[in-house]
Amino acid sequence: MRKRFAFLYDQKVAPYVFVLPFILTFLIFFLYPVLSTIQMSFQEILPGMISNVGFKNYQRLLGDRIFRTAITNSVLYTFWTLALLIPFPLVLACMLNSRSMMGRGFFKASLFLPVVTSVVVAGTIFRLMFGEVEGSLMNSLRALLGLSPIKWLKVRQTGFAAMVLMACWRWTGVNMLYYLSGLKGIPPEMYESADIDGANVWQKFWLISVPLVKPTIIYVLTISIYGGLAMFTESYMLWAGNSSPKNIGLTIVGYLYRQGWEQNRMGYASAVGLVLLAVAMLINLGQLRLTGVLGKELD
Amino acid sequence: MERTNNKDHSLLARVVLVAFFSILSLIVFVPFYAILLASFKPGEELVRYGLNLRLDWELMSFANYRYLFTGITRAGAYIAHDYLLWFKNSVVLTVVQTILTLLVSAWVGYGFAMYRFRGKNFLFTCVLLILMIPFEILMLPMYAQASSMGLLDSIWGIMLPYLAHATTIFFFRQYLTSIPRDIVDAGRVDGASEYGIFFRLVVPLMKPAMSAMAILVGMNSWNNFLWPMLVLRSGQKYTLAIGLNTLLTPYGNNYDILIAGACFSIIPVLILFLSAQKYFIEGMTMGSVKG
Repeated sequence: MRKRFAFLYDQKVAPYVFVLPFILTFLIFFLYPVLSTIQMSFQEILPGMISNVGFKNYQRLLGDRIFRTAITNSVLYTFWTLALLIPFPLVLACMLNSRSMMGRGFFKASLFLPVVTSVVVAGTIFRLMFGEVEGSLMNSLRALLGLSPIKWLKVRQTGFAAMVLMACWRWTGVNMLYYLSGLKGIPPEMYESADIDGANVWQKFWLISVPLVKPTIIYVLTISIYGGLAMFTESYMLWAGNSSPKNIGLTIVGYLYRQGWEQNRMGYASAVGLVLLAVAMLINLGQLRLTGVLGKELD
Repeated sequence: MERTNNKDHSLLARVVLVAFFSILSLIVFVPFYAILLASFKPGEELVRYGLNLRLDWELMSFANYRYLFTGITRAGAYIAHDYLLWFKNSVVLTVVQTILTLLVSAWVGYGFAMYRFRGKNFLFTCVLLILMIPFEILMLPMYAQASSMGLLDSIWGIMLPYLAHATTIFFFRQYLTSIPRDIVDAGRVDGASEYGIFFRLVVPLMKPAMSAMAILVGMNSWNNFLWPMLVLRSGQKYTLAIGLNTLLTPYGNNYDILIAGACFSIIPVLILFLSAQKYFIEGMTMGSVKG
């Protein structure tokens, strides 16, 4: 018996045995499904009846106002999370890294803590904090300022703000840690010689810290774009479901979910999914090009 | 003169910095405090007055937690619920998924790191390609595939597509390229088979990378929401995240158990975080410097 499988122990065959799980996963859960989705995107799929409709699904996509709302929301959400979660954690990391800082470990841990809550739990907390009743946390804050209570999650601006604020609450500490591990690689002598040259805090920040943590900034940028465009659960929890008033919380993924599962339009949903996949691949390839990973020989 | 001036300056900087971070930490802590407080109050109170920071000893009791663990409600009646089942399901899924993902991904990562073979560059490009595609965009084709393979409503349906996990493979490969190949060659000289070398010589060396990735994979698995929601059908198989979500209705009739349950679900991760902080931080930041 063992002899029949002896070839598996060959040094030429072994590498393929090692990478086999990935090949299978790639074929079964990526390539084949994507190919069949391409086929489905040209069809209209009703129970027991499948008809070819050519490019109709794609044409409809172009004129779909709600799809455009979803894209706008996802892009806007990504924009705000980038605008807030890239610079501020870097400033915090530099402050925490400063020689005058005390209790570094404690503050590091306490800012990191929110990410141990799941989105489901965090979403529940924020949904209730931004409740519309008079006594909810955010409305009591307004009351302190002498303002009347508002329906936070039913208005576009405030609903969106709640979503962005939740992202900041969960991710500030994590991004700060990324930056801290980037800052660790900067030799302290650089700051010392800058001190001798009479550089002030700002100059040290812009001329030493920022350029030297640039790889980390790019990394945080990449994962933030990824996370922003794929956002779904945050909005799903905040509005206790996929439908928010006037679609203020509808994201690209939420739209995909609505078409594919809630309205069961598999053909159309396939077209939506493929357009998004194409966009994601383009961003991805551009990224790999820019960072020079693609086209480089391995080892 | 110069020196004392400097000292005053750094003392002032120290006070400002510490004060600033103390305030920031307090703000970050508010949502935790709010939900902890609410978990001791009746759910209807929460519906009527919202989530707030009012400390009201008269209203607060362990009634929600009693209901959570024994099924005996505030009114003293016994009403069954599935919270503990969901908790168990989540623990089982997280443990099994973490162990299997680490093993399979290390196995594949080793193949990429230690061998030269035809098609390697092409395959590794495939890893990089799907590394950066959000799963959410692929959920429709993946769902159709899982459905045709009869994987719906089972824990395998949740895990199988992710065992050879692109991100984890990538990290393990990076980690393993820094391990000297002499170890492998020495193993061969000693007559160990290719797989024996992996299990007996390489896996023990991967401990630091494994613990860091275990945190990352485990946390993702514990918090995973969308894919399990699509795969699972029966309430008996729900994970904690999905089960809690079903309690979040606009009527607020389940808030007794929802809030206490949400609060309690933070605890295992919190304990893990406090006891293995180093690995948490390493796991989360591993990719940012090398990557």
